[in-house]
Amino acid sequence: MYETKYHKASSVDEAVSLMGAADDGKLLSGGQTLLPTMKAHLAAPSDLVDVSGIADMNGVGVRGNVISIGAATTHAEVAGNAALQNACAAVTDLAANIGDPAVRHMGTIGGSIANNDPAADYPAALLALGATIKTNARDIAAEDFFVGLFETALEDDEVIVSIGFEAPEKACYAKFPNPASRYAMAGVFVAKTAGGARVAVTGAGDDGVYRQSDMEAALDGNWSAGALTGVSVSADGMLSDMHGDATYRANLVKVMAGRAVAGC
Amino acid sequence: MSEGIGARVLRKEDKRFLIGKGRYTDDIIEQNQAYAAFVRSPHAHAAVKSIDASAAEAMDGVIAVLNGAQLTGDGIGNIICGWGVTSKDGSPMNMGAWSALATDKVRYVGDAVAIVVADSLATARLAAEMVEVDYDVLPVVVNSVDGLSDGAPQLHENAPGNLVFDWELGNEGPTDAALAGAAFTTEMDIVNNRLSPNAMEPRAAIATFNEADDHYTLYTTSQNPHVARLVLSAFYNVAPEHKLRVIAPDVGGGFGSKIYIYPEEIACLWASMKTNRSVKWTSDRTEAFMTDAHGRDHVTHAKIGFDKDHKIVGLKVDTKANLGAYMSLFSSATPTYLYGTLLSGQYNIENIYCNVKAVYTNTVPVDAYRGAGRPEASYVMERMMETAAREMGVDPAELRRKNFVTEFPHQTPVIMAYDSGDFAANQDQAMEAADYAGFEARRAEAASRGKLRGIGFSNYIEACGIAPSAAVGSLGAGVGLWESAEVRVNPVGTIEVLTGSHSHGQGHETTFTQIVAERFGLPTENIQIVHGDTDKVQFGMGTYGSRSGAVGMSAIVKAMDKVEAKVKKIGAHVLEASEDDIIIEDGAVKVKGTDKQMLWHEVGLAAYTAHNIPEGMEPGLKETSFYDPSNFTFPAGCYICEVEVDPETGTTQIVQFVASDDFGTIINPMIVEGQVHGGIAQGIGQALLEGVVYDDSGQLLSASYMDYAMPRAHDLPNYSVHHQSTTCPGNPLGMKGCGEAGAIGSPPAVINAITDAIGNNDLSMPATPAKVWAAIQAAGAKQAAE
Repeated sequence: MYETKYHKASSVDEAVSLMGAADDGKLLSGGQTLLPTMKAHLAAPSDLVDVSGIADMNGVGVRGNVISIGAATTHAEVAGNAALQNACAAVTDLAANIGDPAVRHMGTIGGSIANNDPAADYPAALLALGATIKTNARDIAAEDFFVGLFETALEDDEVIVSIGFEAPEKACYAKFPNPASRYAMAGVFVAKTAGGARVAVTGAGDDGVYRQSDMEAALDGNWSAGALTGVSVSADGMLSDMHGDATYRANLVKVMAGRAVAGC
Repeated sequence: MSEGIGARVLRKEDKRFLIGKGRYTDDIIEQNQAYAAFVRSPHAHAAVKSIDASAAEAMDGVIAVLNGAQLTGDGIGNIICGWGVTSKDGSPMNMGAWSALATDKVRYVGDAVAIVVADSLATARLAAEMVEVDYDVLPVVVNSVDGLSDGAPQLHENAPGNLVFDWELGNEGPTDAALAGAAFTTEMDIVNNRLSPNAMEPRAAIATFNEADDHYTLYTTSQNPHVARLVLSAFYNVAPEHKLRVIAPDVGGGFGSKIYIYPEEIACLWASMKTNRSVKWTSDRTEAFMTDAHGRDHVTHAKIGFDKDHKIVGLKVDTKANLGAYMSLFSSATPTYLYGTLLSGQYNIENIYCNVKAVYTNTVPVDAYRGAGRPEASYVMERMMETAAREMGVDPAELRRKNFVTEFPHQTPVIMAYDSGDFAANQDQAMEAADYAGFEARRAEAASRGKLRGIGFSNYIEACGIAPSAAVGSLGAGVGLWESAEVRVNPVGTIEVLTGSHSHGQGHETTFTQIVAERFGLPTENIQIVHGDTDKVQFGMGTYGSRSGAVGMSAIVKAMDKVEAKVKKIGAHVLEASEDDIIIEDGAVKVKGTDKQMLWHEVGLAAYTAHNIPEGMEPGLKETSFYDPSNFTFPAGCYICEVEVDPETGTTQIVQFVASDDFGTIINPMIVEGQVHGGIAQGIGQALLEGVVYDDSGQLLSASYMDYAMPRAHDLPNYSVHHQSTTCPGNPLGMKGCGEAGAIGSPPAVINAITDAIGNNDLSMPATPAKVWAAIQAAGAKQAAE
C-alpha cells in the first residue's frame, strides 16, 4: 500500500469538507474493495475519509412501508434487521448472501453501490425496487444513478447518505454465483411494486446492472414463473469471460428470473 | 497396545498449531533482518535490454538492488533439472539455462529480474517498483500444442521447436498391430488441466550469512531440506555443504510445490552475503499463483483396442506436456517415468506404447503436484475404460473386472512390476458401499425432480515409495531415493527418532511415534520425532510421492532392528541369559518364561554408563539406517462418484463419493482417512473447479482466488471411505502409501459420473457449470439433429 492520509469523519458535512480539501481523496466505508485494491497498488488515494462512524449514515429505518438504509450500514446489519425482513425479506436475504461473513461485517450498502461493480448484488435490488439514493446534495433515482461499469452519477466529493424505497408487494432475488469469487454471474431481482413489475439484472450485462423490460411486461399481466417461459433473453450485450460466455449468461438470466419469481 | 499400529492416535503436532504456537518460516525473526522484494517481469517473453536501479537505490531504507549479471558474475550457477530424460532418438533432453535472476531474457510473467533488499517490507516493495527495466517484448506461446507448431516463438536456443524431449515407452509396432486387429476401438482427446498448488502457507525464506565463519543458515519452506542443501551447494555454488545449514521448520502444505529449489531462496542466500544482513522473503498470494510450480497440463490423444470378448489388446497414448518456461527440479520425470509407467492401470495389457513430447512455453515451470504424472495416467486410462464400456454397451464395472490383473507379481509392458493387490475386492467393496445395484432407481427418482443423475467409476493404481536407487538411477534420476533414520535411545530411556522425511501436514510426529511405541512397548509421550534440520538430522531425501511411510518408516524399522539387537545383547548380559531368550514387551526387557527383567530405562542407563555391558561392546544406544526399497509400492483402489446435474444451470452436485483403497498396512486410520479426504477434495477441485488460465499474451488471468476456484466445504460431499488391503511384500511394515491416492483416483470418477448424467462424453476439466450446460445443449442439439 502506498502512503495515504487517514481521516475519520464524524458528520456528513465534515466528510464533504475533508474530501474537498484532499488532493485525491477517497471515501472509505467498509473498504472491502478499496483496501484490497490499494494493497495491490492499483489505487493510491492521497487521503482516505472514513465515513463508517457517521451516525446519520448508519442504521435501518422501517416506517410502515417506507424504508431507509444508511449508506454506512453493513450487510450483516441489513441481513439481521427484523423489521426490514418483515417488510422486504428479499433485501435481507440478498444481504445475507453477499461475500462471506468477514465481508458482510465490514462491507456497506453505500460502498457497494458507489463502486457499482457489475457483479455486485445491491444494484439489482435498488434498480428493481425503484430506490432513491440520497446524497449530501440531492436525491438520485436508481435508474439515473447506475451509469455503467464501475460508474455512477455521483459527482466528485458527493457523499451517499442513505438509500430509500417503498416495500414492494412481492420481491425476491436469485443469484447464480461465480464458482471462484461468489459474485453474481447472473443475479435477478424481481419486484411487484405499486408501479408494476420490475426486473433488474446484475452480473450478466456488459454495461452493468440493467432492467429486463420484456420480462417486466410479461409479469405485469401475469405474475408467475410461467409468464417468463416465452421471453427469450438475447446473448447480445452479455458479459463473456473465462467463467462463462454470453450465451451461458443469457440462459442464467432467464433461469434465475424464473427462480426469483417462483421464490416470491 | 492402544497407541501402536492401527490405533487412531490424535495428532501430537496439533497442540502447537491449535494454540497458535506453530513456527513457520515467516515467524522466524533474525537479528539484523532485512526484507527482500523481487522485480518481476510483467511480460511473458522479452529481452532485457537494461536495468536502471538508481532511483530505487537512492530511496531511504534501501540496502541493495542486485541483478542477474551480478549473480552470475559471483559464480552462482543455473537452476537445474535433476532427472535426465533421453529422447527416443537417443539424444539428451534440451535443458535451457535458468538463472535465479534473469540476465538477458525473461520467459514468463513473474520471472525475477532483480532483488531489492531494504529495511522494511514496504520499502522493499516500493523500491522494486522504482527499478526501471527496459524490455524488448517478444512473441509469446502459452500452450504445448502451439509451442510445437511451425513458426512458434522460440524460448531457448538449445531447444529447437521448443521441444525439451521426445520420449517413448513400450513397443509401437506390436501396439499398432494389436489395435489394427482389434474388434472394438475407442479413441479420445483428453486434456489434463493445469493447476496451481495453493499450499496454505506460501513459500518463504530467511537467509543469514555469518561472516565470522563464512557460514549460511537458510530457513525455508521445503519438503526436503537436505536435497535443498545439496543442490544449493553442488549446483548453485551458494556455499559448500558444510557451510550451509538448511532448516525447514513447520511447513503449511506442499503438495509437491515445495520440493523444488526456487530462484528466491538462491537469491536470498546470495543477497545475505552481499549485504551482510539476514534477508527475508515471504511470497504473497499473487506471487504464489505466478511463481509456484504448476501441475498437470497435458494434452493427450489415446486409443484403446479390445477383442471380441472385451479383453484389452492394446493402448496407444500420445501426450504433449507443457513444462513452462524452464525445467524445474523433477519436471522431466513427472510426464515420463511417473506417467507412462502407470498406463497399464489395473489391467492386463500386452501392448502399450506411449509417446510424450515435453514443450517449453511462456508460462511458469510445471512440475510434480500431488500425484505427479499418476493422476494424468489414471485420468487417461479410466476415462478410456468408461467411454469404451459405453461405446461397446457393456457395464463399466464388468469391463474393468474382465481385464483386472489377478496374479502377482505382474510385469506390465511399461516397466512396473506390480507386487500385490486385489482389485476385484476393492471394486466389490466400493460397489456395495455405493449401492450400485440401486442406482437406476435413484436416477429415475432424480429425473422426477428435474435432475440428471449419473454414476462414474475410477479404478486407479499408482506407484509410491519411489524406489530402488539403482533403478531410478538407470532411468535418469540424479539422486538416490532411499531414506534415513536414526533412533536415539537416551540414558533415561526416552527416544528421539531423527528422520530424513519431512512433515508438512502429514502427521509424522504421530504415526512415526506409533511404530516405535509398538516395537518397544513404550508410551508415545516418551518418543520425539526430529526432522527438517540439516544440522540435526543425517542426510535424508525428504517427503514427496507418498514415500514417508513405505520408505521413511521402513528406515526407522531398520534402525529399530539394530537397537533391538543391541538391547537384547545388553539384556542377556545383565540378566545372565541367552540372547535368544530375551524378549522386549511392555517397556521391559525380559527373559522368556522367567520373572527376570530390566525396565527399558535401565537398559538405556546400562548402555550409557557402560559399567556392565558385554565385553567389546561400544557404549551408547543409537543406531542409524539408510533404507533403500526393493521396488515401488502400488496403492490401488476403486472410487465411485455419483452426481446430480441441474440441467438449467449446469451445476453439478456430488451426491455420493465412495472410496475403497488398498494401502497395505495402516498405522493410523484417522490420519489415513484425512489424507484420503484431502486428496479427494483436491481431485474434485481439479474435476469441477480449478484451472490455471493464461491469455494469449501470457498474462495469468487466474492470479487470485477471485478467478481461481478452490473447493469449498459447500462443493464437497461427505465421503464414504473404506479400506480393503493386501500387504505390500516389499517393505517390513507392508505399507503402500496413501498421500496422493485421493487426488489420483478421483478426477476420472467425477467426470465419468457427469458425462453419464448428461449423455455427452465431450467434457473437459474443470467441468464448470458453464461447460456442463454447454455440453448439455450440444447433446440436445445432436439428439434433435438425429
